[in-house]
Formats: sequence, C-alpha cells, structure tokens
Amino acid sequence: MKLSASALLVATLAWLPLGCSRSKQPEKTVIQNTGSDTMVNLAQAWAEEYAKVNPMVSVEVSGGGSGTGIAALINGTVDIANCSRRFEPQEIEQAKKNTGKGPREFTVGYDALAVYVHKNNPLEEITLDRLAEIYGEGGKITKWSQLGVRMPAGADEIIRVSRQSNSGTYHYFREGILGKGRDFKLGSRDMHGSKDVVELVSRTPGAIGYSGMGYATSEVKMLRIAKKAGDKSFAPTVENTLNHTYPIARPLYMYTLGEPTGPVKKYIDWVHSDPGQKIVTQSGYVPLPKTGAQR
Amino acid sequence: MLIRRRWEALTEVAIELLIRLCGISAILFVFGIFFFVFREGSAFLFHGFKFLEFFGSTEWYPTSQSHVRYGVLALIAGTASVTVLAMLIAVPFGIGAAIFISEFCGSRLKETLKISIEMLAAIPSVVWGFIGLTLMNPLIMKLFGAPIGLNVLNGGLILALMSLPIIVSVGEDALKAVPDSYREAALALGVTRWQLVYRVLLPAAKNGLLAAVLLGVGRAVGETMAVLMATGHAVKIPASLLDSVRTLTATIAAELGEAPVHSEHYQVLFIIGILLFMITFVVNLTAYLFVRGIRGK
Repeated sequence: MKLSASALLVATLAWLPLGCSRSKQPEKTVIQNTGSDTMVNLAQAWAEEYAKVNPMVSVEVSGGGSGTGIAALINGTVDIANCSRRFEPQEIEQAKKNTGKGPREFTVGYDALAVYVHKNNPLEEITLDRLAEIYGEGGKITKWSQLGVRMPAGADEIIRVSRQSNSGTYHYFREGILGKGRDFKLGSRDMHGSKDVVELVSRTPGAIGYSGMGYATSEVKMLRIAKKAGDKSFAPTVENTLNHTYPIARPLYMYTLGEPTGPVKKYIDWVHSDPGQKIVTQSGYVPLPKTGAQR
Repeated sequence: MLIRRRWEALTEVAIELLIRLCGISAILFVFGIFFFVFREGSAFLFHGFKFLEFFGSTEWYPTSQSHVRYGVLALIAGTASVTVLAMLIAVPFGIGAAIFISEFCGSRLKETLKISIEMLAAIPSVVWGFIGLTLMNPLIMKLFGAPIGLNVLNGGLILALMSLPIIVSVGEDALKAVPDSYREAALALGVTRWQLVYRVLLPAAKNGLLAAVLLGVGRAVGETMAVLMATGHAVKIPASLLDSVRTLTATIAAELGEAPVHSEHYQVLFIIGILLFMITFVVNLTAYLFVRGIRGK
C-alpha cells in the first residue's frame, strides 16, 4: 500500500520497457531491487546503464522507503535492498531467523541530507540545535520570527515538512538531529517521498523540509548547516561531504542476504566501479572516495 | 421421459442453489471482512490495549524508539472536521440540485444534468486528490493568505464534490417518490412553486433526503486517497479551517505497508479499521432505518 504518486509513476515507467524486452528474451536474469526512496532515481539510473553494459541482466527497481526494502529482504522477496539507513540489530536478528542468512552491507555512495526552504526565504544557514528545536517533540521554535526571519503577515508559522515513519531519511533525521530517543513534534506534514517533500517546499513560502541532496531544484534553497551557534556553516556539497565538514551526511547502502554470488555480485561490483560511481555524481549524490571503493 | 424430467428438476435445483449463493455471498463477504479485520486487531485489543489513551490522547507515535503512543483523538478530529465541512457545503448544494432536477427543469436539461452528475461520480479519487494538491493548494494560499493550502478547507471542498453525486441522485429519487397527487392537490389550492417545494415536497420526502445525506456522510468518512493528498497529513486537532489535519483512513493507507505484520502498530491500524467499520455501519444503519421509514408510510 505504498501510494506515493511519484513512486507509482516510477514503477509504471520502469515496467514499460521491461515488459517488452522480457517477452522477447525469456532467458534474461532478473535482479529485484527495492527500498529507499532517496535512492530510487539513482537505482533506476544504475539499472538503465547496466542494461547497456550487460543486456542479459535486467534490474527491476522500486521505491517505497528503506523500511519497505528491509522488510522485503527479510521476507526474501528481493535480491538487493536499498537503504538510506543501517539495518537495526533486531532487523538483523529477524533476517537470520527468517532466512538463515545475515544481511551483507555495501556502501554504494553518500548523501548529504539537505535542509530545504523556499527559494524566496532569506534564511541562509541554520544550526543543528535549532533544527532540533523546530522538529523535535517539545521544541520551542514554531515561528520564523524566532529565527530572525521576517515573513509577510500571516505566514510567520514554520510549516514543517517531514516523511512517513518507514523512511530511512526519517529515521536518520530522528537519530542524527533530534537525538536518541527523542520524537518528532506532531503536526508536521508527513510526505510519502523524497521528491514530494521538495515539491511541497517549493510551493509553500513558509515551509522547511529535509530530503536527499539529489532532489534539489531551482525552486528551493538548501541551507548551510553548522554544528552549533558560532561554528562555521557548510553547504551540502560533494567536497563538504567527503571531508566530513557537512554535519548530516550519511552513507547510502545496498544490502544482500549473505555474501552475494553470480549476477548480483557482478552488479554490485559494477556499481562500485568507475562507471557505476559516475552515475552517483550524475544523480546528484556523492561518489565513494577513490581509494575505499571496494570495501 | 422420466429420466429427462428428473434431470430438469435437478438442474432447476442446482441453478436455484447457485443463485441463492450469489445472493447470500454479499452477507458472507461483509461478515468475512469484519471477522478478518477484527481477528487481525484482536490480540492487541484484549491484551495491553489502552482505551483511554486511544480515544483520549492526540499523541500518535507508532514508531517511537523511546515511548510508543497510540492516541487517535487528533485523527478522529481530522476525519470529523473534514466530513462536517464537506456536508455543510454538499448538503445545501446537493438537495438544491435534486430539487431543481426533479421539479424545475425541462426534460432535456434534466438528462444533461443527470449525465454530468454521474460523470462527477466516476472521477477516480486519486484524480480528486491531484486537483486538491496542484489546483486548490495555490488557490487557497492566494485567496485566504494561508501559509499552506493543504488543509481542512481543501479536503472538505474535495470531499463535498465527491459526495455531491450520491446526495443528488438519492435525493432526486426521494423527491420522485412523492406521489403526483400531492403536487396536484397543492397546485389546485393555488400555491406557488416555491411553497410547493417548501411546504409539501420537502416534508413528504424528508426521510429519503436524510438517507441521501447520510449516504454522503458515509462516502466522506470512508474516502482515503483524496484526503491523504489534500489535507496535508499532519497529526493535529485543527483550530481553524486553514489547519492541516490527518484522517483515520489516510493513516491506515500511509502506514499499513510499513508496519511489520502482526506487530502492535499493525494491530492498532486494524483497530482503527474496526472503528471506521463501526462508524460507517452506524451511519448506514441510520440511513436504512430512515429509508424504511418512507416505505412504512
């Protein structure tokens, strides 16, 4: 019941060419790849490029959120799960109990979790503490004037845009910014996809939202983030992610059940290779540093 | 001859059985669905379920790491606010349209109107949601100066448009059911057309019109996709028409896919399903009793 409009569209588009080509060549190997909504465009780009490199393998990509990918891997219905967060200990236990195999983790790229505001918003930077006060349960900041931003009359309320609770981005934000054990303030608009967050922010002058850096458009502005007041703030760029100065950057993972073999292993190797990593850059994310590509 | 007659009798019985089964199947399905929904939610309902928190708290934290809370008061308020607004708009328009179609307009216009209203009913709910998201959202922001256009007003307007066709067609049927002798008698007494509607037809069709309204309410309470997209999906008791809300149905749609099967969260979503089932059951039962009221007269 994942009903995000964009995810549906992607799923439909993904099916169209596959349906035709598969009927001609029934002996084709199919790799099922599900999970993170942050990574869905990236995974789709990989799949399309890999179809040119190795036409005998087709990779079928769908989104739905990291939690959906993890659940599918635990149930054994996918070959690769995309995740924008790590497996939690109880999820590893569940996978072992269900399938007899533990999940094997591959880092395939990095994402700077960007904080978006409307393009006309004068705000340029924000600290992690303030983000926690805006989004966290019991947080004191609800008005733009509290951040020193003057909004037109009637638009002073900060419209918080958040994600549905199986999203890896939601989990990462909750743990990384609100702090362990702290919950989100209720009343945020909970969107169903990374793209929906950016779209709503682009249409709403008083909104703030968080999403993968790959979803940036000219209609929104990415804020520079500082660890605390007085610190230097950093923009979510490739350099700042690689040298760890941007404070809320995170790895993007692919998970398989046990050590992968055959076509799945070849695919992940290709994702780690230079052509695969070039697509990470093209999709707006941060590629693995050259030396540590084969972890 | 005897064999043939026996064969015919046998097929007769078989066909009768088959048709009877078709007739009863609806009852079986309703009970089957209720049983399934109840079974999925029952384990938690009877062990550890906190009624007071469920109905009395606005805190909906199904996936919290530190303190899981299942309070649906804000979701009930969301469903109620959107439904009430939708009915405030749809009832006058719907009953008005029903009166016009049944009493005032010519036969050609009548056909055109009926077809267009049926078309309105055929628009898929996701398209309504799309209209709310892309068309009404900026419009509401511009007209009302609201910080965001996805709110009670947006959801209520969309739901009003969605439940209008039901109210109009059931309402029109109710007015048509008023015997012509009533109209003739009233006109013979020299009443104006407005007096005829107001003094004769509305009281005579009262029960049918109420049933029309209640069926509209049932439609509004159960609608999912359009309100998920148009209301902003925010857990909050609305203080004004321009606040975002989240409804019971949208919560199930958004969260059931992610909740691990048979976990507490999953079961609570099914308990919300039971709650919705009971709401629509009561609404439909009331509508039925009113409809029976007309026939009884």
